[in-house]
Amino acid sequence: MNKYAYFLGCITPNRYPGIELATRRVLEEFGIEVLDMKGASCCPAPGVFGSFDLWTWLTVAARNISIAEEMGTDITVTCNGCYATIQEANHLLKQNGEIKEKVNNILKTIGREYKGTIEVKHLVEILHENITYETIQKRIKHPLNGIKVAVHYGCHFLKPSDVRAHGTVERPAMLDDFVIALGAKSVDYKDKTMCCGAGGGVRAGNLDVALDYTRQKIENMVDAGADCLITSCAFCHFQFDTGQIELTEKLGKKYELPVVFMTQLLGLALGMSSEDVSLNKNKTQTQSFTSKL
Amino acid sequence: MAPRAYVIRNVTFDFLNEAIENGSKVFPKEELERLRMCMQCGKCVGSCPSGRITAWRIRKIFRETQLGLKETVLSDDNLWNCTTCYTCQERCPRGIPTTDIVRIIRNLAVKYGYIKNNHRRICEIFLRYGHAVPINDEMKKVRKDLGLAEVPPTVHNYPKSLEEVLKLVEETGFKKIVERTTK
Repeated sequence: MNKYAYFLGCITPNRYPGIELATRRVLEEFGIEVLDMKGASCCPAPGVFGSFDLWTWLTVAARNISIAEEMGTDITVTCNGCYATIQEANHLLKQNGEIKEKVNNILKTIGREYKGTIEVKHLVEILHENITYETIQKRIKHPLNGIKVAVHYGCHFLKPSDVRAHGTVERPAMLDDFVIALGAKSVDYKDKTMCCGAGGGVRAGNLDVALDYTRQKIENMVDAGADCLITSCAFCHFQFDTGQIELTEKLGKKYELPVVFMTQLLGLALGMSSEDVSLNKNKTQTQSFTSKL
Repeated sequence: MAPRAYVIRNVTFDFLNEAIENGSKVFPKEELERLRMCMQCGKCVGSCPSGRITAWRIRKIFRETQLGLKETVLSDDNLWNCTTCYTCQERCPRGIPTTDIVRIIRNLAVKYGYIKNNHRRICEIFLRYGHAVPINDEMKKVRKDLGLAEVPPTVHNYPKSLEEVLKLVEETGFKKIVERTTK
């Protein structure tokens, strides 16, 4: 497929539009058409609304999916929260006709229907499977030689593995391979597959707990000598970037590891400037990283 | 003298059944039934990143659920310290969808009136904008500077779509849930 309905969600367009910009630019660079899903809402967030009322969570997700069904296009996302909701709702509705019927009874009241005709692909899958890392490698104008990157997968891209079906969750390789394809080095660090701390409503409900996760992750990445960290999820990105400002204020110690979204890193390797991929719009500094490019 | 163990004499399956029933509105019931087989091995707690820094003990919640200690479970504030990372669900040797069950139990907590103020606020924001994290003036400017549409092509830019979403959440009863817990 060479076109996708881009499900924006909340954090990407409303807090980190640089992720949206870099993703649109990079995908278009590889001939993939990125279409707007007009009138889409919050996915709704799996850890908050899923924790409050799963039935509402599923129904609102079904409405969002129905927009892409009308467009006749598969969906792509740049947030693991959106992925968790939209991909899982699609899975649950496809596997259970009875639940699908009940959801459709509600969707009928707004003149919509969930059909089950499309797939939901995370941006990582598009880069890895549609475009392929080999193709990406051939297009690199500015290899990121000597750059040390700490990759953060984000929980909901990989898990639950029986629904996501991306293979091993204990030793994933997709993002490491991506970094290597761009000429950079992926550094191993302690608790690499650990959560960023933001999910499950914890960021909103108990910020101190969320930040303690983030602190551990950042310190482990810095200990491993990382020049930056990369994310494939807008919410993890938000937690690491905004979270480091919060940590610095809270603990009185500087937390300033540059946070780069995977399409921003790719854009740089394709020869775009750091402004082109809007790294300058991050809250945490990025100069220590961009000066090494 | 060693302390005597506290004996729970009025064990009922009511709460366990309620959790499984409630969850099966969305998840496959046969998977949720596995909760009955939790043997307290502790692999979940051993895998839990939240358990390292908070008093959240998922295995304890499951045992209490099996024992029918509804109020104890639903009123436990630690229930909200799970980031839903799914590490325990991946590793559970009994195949219990542990993280999904945490969300199901939280649904019941909310249903019976236990919701954090910050979480209620997110619900209210969603009921107003259709986004949990809506656009603001600062971000409109950033979007414009980047050459993106100032307002994203979501419910933010399509009032009719927002009406659809609000109608939906009225139909599912979500509005009532939020209103009921607003005290």
